[in-house]
Amino acid sequence: MLTMAGAILLLFIIIQFVPGDLITIMLGPRATPELREAFAERMGLDRSVLERLWVFFSHAVRGDFGSDVLSNRPIGDIILEVLPHTLQLAFAAMLIGGGLGVLLGCIAALRPGSRLDSFLGFASVAFITTPSFVVAIFLLLTFSLGLHWLPVTGAGDPSSLTDRLAHLVLPASALAIGWIGYIARLMRASLLEVMSEQHIKMMRAYGVPERRIIGRFALKLALVPLVTVIGLGMGDLIGSAVFTEIIFARPGIGSLIYNSIMTRNYPVAQAGLLVLVLVYVCANLFVDIINSLIDPRIARSLDLRGSG
Amino acid sequence: MIGWLKGLIREVWRDRSGQIGLILVSLILLMAVAGPIIAADPNKINVAERFLAPSLVHPLGTDNLGRDLFARTAEGTRSALVISLAVVGASLLAGSIFGVLAGLLGGIIDRGLLVIFDIISAYPPVILALAIVALYGTGYWNLLFVVTILFIPQFARVARAQTLALRNQTFIDAERLLGLPLHHLVWRHFIPNVIGPLIILASMNIPVVITVEAGLSFLGLGVQPPAASLGTLIKDGYIYLNQSWWPTIGSAMTLALATLGSTLFGEALRDAADPKLKGRVRP
Repeated sequence: MLTMAGAILLLFIIIQFVPGDLITIMLGPRATPELREAFAERMGLDRSVLERLWVFFSHAVRGDFGSDVLSNRPIGDIILEVLPHTLQLAFAAMLIGGGLGVLLGCIAALRPGSRLDSFLGFASVAFITTPSFVVAIFLLLTFSLGLHWLPVTGAGDPSSLTDRLAHLVLPASALAIGWIGYIARLMRASLLEVMSEQHIKMMRAYGVPERRIIGRFALKLALVPLVTVIGLGMGDLIGSAVFTEIIFARPGIGSLIYNSIMTRNYPVAQAGLLVLVLVYVCANLFVDIINSLIDPRIARSLDLRGSG
Repeated sequence: MIGWLKGLIREVWRDRSGQIGLILVSLILLMAVAGPIIAADPNKINVAERFLAPSLVHPLGTDNLGRDLFARTAEGTRSALVISLAVVGASLLAGSIFGVLAGLLGGIIDRGLLVIFDIISAYPPVILALAIVALYGTGYWNLLFVVTILFIPQFARVARAQTLALRNQTFIDAERLLGLPLHHLVWRHFIPNVIGPLIILASMNIPVVITVEAGLSFLGLGVQPPAASLGTLIKDGYIYLNQSWWPTIGSAMTLALATLGSTLFGEALRDAADPKLKGRVRP
């Protein structure tokens, strides 16, 4: 909670200390004095800093962000409109990353030290290190502009599921690529660790086929450490979706923040950042809770820290 | 210290992926350092020769203004390296000071610093950098400053953990009993003992900083034209993608190879420094 309050405060400070006069920036230099006054009143700029901080905090807690002065719509509505697109993108990316990552990690762990294993290890590092916007451009170049298999930009026709999925494949893959490599490495390490444990050795000694050992027993145990990572990954994916959203011209919280900063629409940018941080912190908190369910020792250390 | 580093490099060379990493890092360094000597002027405009495919004269082709892309990519690589080294160096220095102080002084200072680190880490890093740079101006120093702040908490946390482990050792107690001043302890014992793991962490973070810088530059919020950065080169290439894809290919491949090489190198360095960590995925 303290972290969250601090994050909100930091956001307020960042926006407050932006150089230049906010009214001039938003309305332009030729605005009439009456217009400026009315605008200042609507934005709450005529009040003191402390008053504004209080208003900002209480509104943030209630989820009331006021209305966008440019389009005259509630900012909450604007955010709720784009947030599902980002969440879909992040979930799809996590699905691709998790699925392929677990698969590749298992293949690598089956024959540790083999050529295939070292190739997959190298490929994983390459996947992790290639920036997602580079991957996004190459995917766009190959599959949309080169082969014309998939649509180029946008989020697709909202009424058609297949159209929306077709628009989701490339951005989600671009976003997922690092996580494929990351999860493959984790999965390999985790599976190898499980496979070296006594009860697995015992099964092997009893002559249980290797496939059955992995499929029925080892895989389940090896997946446990991934829960944490996937939780943290959701926050990370939502935060880094901004590049993918911009390149594929998809609506989303990242592109909303970017566009509103670029057009100097600060209230929208502020609200967008706030929601994003909230999602990010919640993902981290969720991971902490899951972890403490898995391992009670962590719950105790969480209590000690007390800042959640 | 020098001997230790030499041993580490030898150890890195023994590892297969460490070898690839070392070669890639050397190539990137060579490109950054020797680029301006062997290549053409990166800002020389020649509109008659725009969008040329790679040739002997222009190894990576030319861009929309007919500028030599090899020279521009070399300049971009250099600025990526300079920025990442500066950011990592500054956050290492600041992080180790904050971390050691938090660990040594404890109490309210420790808790306060931890809360501040938590708050910074509560933001998705790219978004926070994007917001601050976009709002406060896109200068070179702003970029360095913002990205440095993002990376301080990591270093400080490691430095703090190291300090806490060190604080209760007998030789520290002995020096305390001798009545030596705090700054003596900090500079003589804590910083040297803490710096090893931090250097490893720094080498792992170089590719991350390169990616963040390239990403911000790609969005037009990093290095400003006409100066070249790998991110702006990719952006320019992306804009003219339907006319020629050479500008995108050259710079994107360079960026990917630079991050790949420095990651492989950093991981091999980490394994060499502490074999126990071998196979760990991220610091």
